[in-house]
Amino acid sequence: MNSTPLSLAPSSPATKAPTGITGLDEMTGGGLPRGRTTLLVGGSGSGKTILALQFLVNGVNCCNEPGIFVAFEETPARLISNAETFGWDLPELQRSKLFFMDAQPPHDLVQSGTFDLSGMLAALGSKVAAMKATRIVFDALDIVLALLPDPAAQRREIYRLHAWLLEHELTGIITVKADGFESGAIGQPFGFMQFMVDCAIILNHSVVLGVSQRNLRVQKYRGSSFDENESPFLIGKGGFEVAVSRTLGRGQAEVTNERVSSGVERVDTMLGGGYYRGASVLITGFPGTAKTTLSGAFAEAACARGERTMFVSFDSDSNEVIRNLGSVGIRLDRFVEDGSLNMVSARTITGSAETYLVRIKTLAKEHRARCLVVDPISTLSKSGNELTAHSVAERLIDWAKAEGITLVCTSLLDEMSSQSEGGSPLQISTLADTWIHLNYLVQAGERNRGMSIIKSRGTAHSNQVRELILSDAGITVTDTYTAGGEVLMGTMRWEKESAERHANEVAAVTAQLRNAKLEAEEAELDARVKALQVELAAKQTEKELLASSAAIHEREASLGRDRMRELRGTDQAPDTSSVKR
Amino acid sequence: MTPETFVFRLYVAGNAPNSLQAIANLTILCDTYLADRHEIEIVDVSVDPGRALDEAIYMTPTLVSVSPYPGHRIVGTLSNTEPILQILGLGAANRRTFPGLKDRNAAPQVRRP
Repeated sequence: MNSTPLSLAPSSPATKAPTGITGLDEMTGGGLPRGRTTLLVGGSGSGKTILALQFLVNGVNCCNEPGIFVAFEETPARLISNAETFGWDLPELQRSKLFFMDAQPPHDLVQSGTFDLSGMLAALGSKVAAMKATRIVFDALDIVLALLPDPAAQRREIYRLHAWLLEHELTGIITVKADGFESGAIGQPFGFMQFMVDCAIILNHSVVLGVSQRNLRVQKYRGSSFDENESPFLIGKGGFEVAVSRTLGRGQAEVTNERVSSGVERVDTMLGGGYYRGASVLITGFPGTAKTTLSGAFAEAACARGERTMFVSFDSDSNEVIRNLGSVGIRLDRFVEDGSLNMVSARTITGSAETYLVRIKTLAKEHRARCLVVDPISTLSKSGNELTAHSVAERLIDWAKAEGITLVCTSLLDEMSSQSEGGSPLQISTLADTWIHLNYLVQAGERNRGMSIIKSRGTAHSNQVRELILSDAGITVTDTYTAGGEVLMGTMRWEKESAERHANEVAAVTAQLRNAKLEAEEAELDARVKALQVELAAKQTEKELLASSAAIHEREASLGRDRMRELRGTDQAPDTSSVKR
Repeated sequence: MTPETFVFRLYVAGNAPNSLQAIANLTILCDTYLADRHEIEIVDVSVDPGRALDEAIYMTPTLVSVSPYPGHRIVGTLSNTEPILQILGLGAANRRTFPGLKDRNAAPQVRRP
C-alpha cells in the first residue's frame, strides 16, 4: 500500500474522492471530483491502468469505498497478477470490496449492425447496488468504442455512459488511449469527452536521450483549483507516485536551533557550532577534494550520536566507500553492522532523476533516517536528466526539510568549467543552507586542499580559507599561512612556519643577551652613583668644617679685641655695632 | 437431411431502438430461412441484469445461438444478414438446399439504423 496519511486526511473536502496517490491528491487539492467523471488520457504504457486501479484499491483500503473495475483490454486475472508487484492484495479485496468485470469484446465477435452498452450498464447497475460501490473505472473505453460504426454512435454511447455514472453518483475514471498527442490534443472521438467530464488528467511518456520521463498533467478540474503544471511521476514499488514541488502556503517544517556536528571539530568551530539540524548542506569541489571524506565524517558523527543515517553513493560501491573512508580514520563498518547506517550504492544505474528521488525517499523512509548523505547529487543531471535534475534536487532538499532530515549533498564541479567558485551544475547552491567549497591550491609542485565556507545561513561563520589535511587519524583543518597577501599551504606553509619559528628563537636569544648587557651597565652606573654620593658627603662635611673653622676664627679674633681693649682700659665707645658682639 | 430446430437467445435492453430492431430483424431472418424450425428466447437485461452479468452480455443487443451451433455470439441489430447465415451454416454455399432460395438477393431487405 502506498498511501500517505497526509493525503487521506479527513479534512479533505467531501466533494473530493482521495486517490491516495502520493502527489496527485496534492495537485488536485484532495482527490478526484466525487460523484463525477474523470477522463484519464495517455499513450500505451503510460500508466493509465495502474493509476485507475490504484484509485480503486486505495478507495477500498483507506476510505472503505467499494469499487468496480471494468476491463475492456486485459483479463482481470492478468490485472490481478500485475498488481501483485505493487503489493496490492487484490484476491483478498475481491471478496467483497472490489469487483472486476471482464468486458473484453470476444476476439471472434461477430458484429452485425450497431449496438449499445445498455446491457453492460444494466449489469453494472445491479452490481453497484449489490456492492454499494461508489467508485468505478472503465479501462480502455476506446476498445469498445472502436467497434461502433460511426462517430455519432460513439458519441451516443459516451453520453449514455456519462449519464449513467451521474445517475448512480459514482466517482468514475474513464481511461482512453491516445498515442502521440501533444499538449492535450486528443483524437476526434474523445475530444468532446474532455468537455463533458469534470476532470481530465493527461499522462505523458517520453524518452529524452534514452531516459524515460513520465509526466502527469491535470488538464481541467471543474469547480476546483488545481496544480496546472506538468509533474513528473513514477511507477514505483508501491504503484504510482507523482512528484509535486511544494506549493506556496503549505505547512512549514519545524525550525530548530539545534546544531549537529559536521564530524570535524574545526569545521564546527568555523560554523559557530556545526550545521543546523534539518539544514541542507552542499559540499562542492573538484574530483578528489575530499568531498566524500567530509560527508563520511558527518555520517560517522551522526551514527556515533545514535542517529539513523543513510549514505547514498552514486560513485562507488558501499564496501569501497567504507574501505576508503577507513583509510582516513572514518570507521563506518561498525555502524553498518549495528544497523544505524544504511549504505546505498546507486552506481551506474541509469534512470530518470525522478527514479532516484523516489528511491532515495523510499529507502530513507524505510530506514527512518535522520541524517542523509547524497554523494554526489550532481549525478542527477546525467544525460537525459538535465531538464528535470534541478527540480528533483530542489524537491529532495524540500522533502528533507519537511521531514526534518539533515541533508549533506556533495556536488561535483567540472574541472573544465571555470575555476571560479561558480554555481554547481544543479544550481542548488541557492537552496542549500550551508555551502562548503573545497578546492586545490597548486603551489611549488604540490596540490593542497583548501576549504572555505561560502555561506551558512543563520550561523556565524569564518571567512577564512583553511587547509584540509587528510591523515590516518582523520581530517584536520588548519589555518593556512597568510601574510603579505600570500596564502601558503602544505610544505610551503610548514617551511614558512618553521623559518618563522627559527627567527623567533634567534630573536629571543638576542633579546636575552641585550638584556644581560643592559643589566651590567645598570649595575656599573649604580656603583658609580654610590661612589659619587660618598664623595658628595665628604665634600659637604669639608664645607661644614670650613664654615665652622671660620666662625671660630672670627670669635677668637673678637675675643682677642675685647681682651686687648680691657687690657688697655679703653672706655666704652658708643659704637652700637660692636656692643652686640 | 433432418431439419434441425435452431434455438436462439436474444439479449435486449428494454425498448431501446437497437433492441427493437434486432428483434424485428431476427424474426424476419428466422421466418425467411428457418420457418417453423426455430425458437427465440428474448432476455431483457434491464429487467434481469443478473443474467447479463452471469452470461457476460455487455453489449446489447446480442444474439446467442444455443443450438445447433452453440456459443456463437452476434452483436448488433442483426441488420447485416450474411455473417449470421454463415455462422448458422446457412451460407450462400449451403443455401441451395433450401427450397425457394436462389441467391443472396433473396435475403430479406432490412432497415439499417
